[in-house]
Amino acid sequence: MSTFTGKHTIRVGEWVIETSIRAIAFVSLAFIVLIFVFVLREAAPLLIGKATDDSGAAVTLAKLFSSPFWMPVSNHPTYGIAALILGSLKVTLISLVVATPLSIGAALYTAVFAPRWTKEIIKPAIEILAGFPSVVIGFFALIVMASFFQHLFGLQYRLNALTGGAALALAVIPIIFTLTEDALTALPKQFTEASVALGARKWETALFVLLPAATPGVFAAVLLGFGRAFGETMIVLMATGNAALLSLGITGPVRTISATIGAEMAEVVFGDAHYNVLFFLGFLLFSVSFSLNVVAELFIRKRLMKRFTGAA
Amino acid sequence: MKPSKAIKGGMFFTAVLGCAVVIIAMVVIVMVTIIHGGWGTFSWQFITQAPTNGMTSGGIFPAIYGTFLMVLTMSIAVIPVGTITAIYLAEYVSSQSILARFIRFAVNTLAGIPSIVFGLFGLGFFIEFVGRNLDRALLPAGELRWSQPCLLWASLTMGLLTLPVVIVSVEEAIKTIPRDLREASLALGATKWQTIRRIVLPGSMTGILTGGILAVSRGAGEVAPILFTGAAYFLPHLPGKLSDQFMELGYHVYIMATQSTDVDATAGIQFATTMVLLLLTFTLNFTALIVRSIMRSRARR
Repeated sequence: MSTFTGKHTIRVGEWVIETSIRAIAFVSLAFIVLIFVFVLREAAPLLIGKATDDSGAAVTLAKLFSSPFWMPVSNHPTYGIAALILGSLKVTLISLVVATPLSIGAALYTAVFAPRWTKEIIKPAIEILAGFPSVVIGFFALIVMASFFQHLFGLQYRLNALTGGAALALAVIPIIFTLTEDALTALPKQFTEASVALGARKWETALFVLLPAATPGVFAAVLLGFGRAFGETMIVLMATGNAALLSLGITGPVRTISATIGAEMAEVVFGDAHYNVLFFLGFLLFSVSFSLNVVAELFIRKRLMKRFTGAA
Repeated sequence: MKPSKAIKGGMFFTAVLGCAVVIIAMVVIVMVTIIHGGWGTFSWQFITQAPTNGMTSGGIFPAIYGTFLMVLTMSIAVIPVGTITAIYLAEYVSSQSILARFIRFAVNTLAGIPSIVFGLFGLGFFIEFVGRNLDRALLPAGELRWSQPCLLWASLTMGLLTLPVVIVSVEEAIKTIPRDLREASLALGATKWQTIRRIVLPGSMTGILTGGILAVSRGAGEVAPILFTGAAYFLPHLPGKLSDQFMELGYHVYIMATQSTDVDATAGIQFATTMVLLLLTFTLNFTALIVRSIMRSRARR
């Protein structure tokens, strides 16, 4: 009888532990939902038309997207987020233009040509780069790169979209490099063997066989690089000059969505229209990164991989 | 035909090699510039004393101490949760099940959310929702304690950001534990939980260690999530309670470089602070790299 009860208590104890494990495993899932709900909640007055600025005028989504000016602190505040969205896109694209060719080139070199000893230099270097805190890159861009670029290109403004984008590239390179290199090394050995057997040289194999075959992986890499650059805060906050201008030039200062939240949230009044707008901007950032992740997850990994590699 | 192909090949090789060289050069330039700029100001006093004269001289001890408290509190929250999630994914569900896919998707999504959004969430959820309700329930009306930026909320926000790092690390370690060990344990009559406690957990210790170190490194380096959840510009006293605000290294770099009263005079302090932060994260990452390579070479045997 006693052994039976003994066993029974073990079972009860185990049941409690296993239930706790199951419950805790859902923390990450629960918090994704909570992030969605609570960021949206603080932006809600704006979405249901209940937000008003200091002068009593209603702040609506339509005004947000149509106004050309971002002037949240004035007697008649206007919250034109078009300039901020354009700013984010500009800086992100500049960073991708710099980072993508460099990363893909370096990944091709590492995966195809590099002897073992150079791999032992490149990979740790990339890991070190990935480990740089963004505020360190931001500091380097603000103090060192900005002056260097200004002299090099003869720019009017010290802090501008070009400098910010180039600094941002430092944060994006590790992502694109790592994912591209993974995609290249994951290709079946037969690709290389067949290509070489047909008389192709190493560089021809790399450029015309391996790179095209790894396209879905490279595409995913650039997509996730875009996500990282679009949401990055400290680098752009420190290195882009933070002026909300609705222009397409790349040598003038820009203000991005993330930098706006970072710079203004601490000073804003709780429950104010400005507060709601900043949370709405955060919701935009969340939506962009979430969508990119869904695309990378469902579309690229499953369908394209199958089509290009022919393997399940 | 043939020589031109050889030339093309040479050009292609030079181009891809050049890309690799440029990236390595950039890493070296950033590190050398910051260490060169900070070395002159760095001293024992610099890391053991508080800032003086309105932060235009003195050291950065409060920022180091605040960073330490923050990553410590964060680790206490994130390491158990991350480890348990990884155990659940590896031991309780098949990787093909809907549940496992959902959780894995959540972890991937969490890893991709911009850090500033975590900051907003920390403000909207921890401070304005949880904190406000705690104050309403625990304190006399009008008093505020938890509905303000503080160490606890900043640490939990950072814990959420670093959760994927821990999960991925621990899962990788669990995968290196041979199947036979588990089956032997179960065959000897051990229950699932006994097997996890005696076989899986000890076997994944290096993964937990690596994950913890990487999370601390990431947490010490991120600034955006704590901008409005707990970091302070300057505090005369060291933080002692979870409801206190704190100074932090990365945040210190940011404010010194952008909001200092005399940016030129404090250049040495800025470089030295950045150097401390850079070397701290570098050392942590390097340690994690070594632990992980030991783990991998053990798994291969």
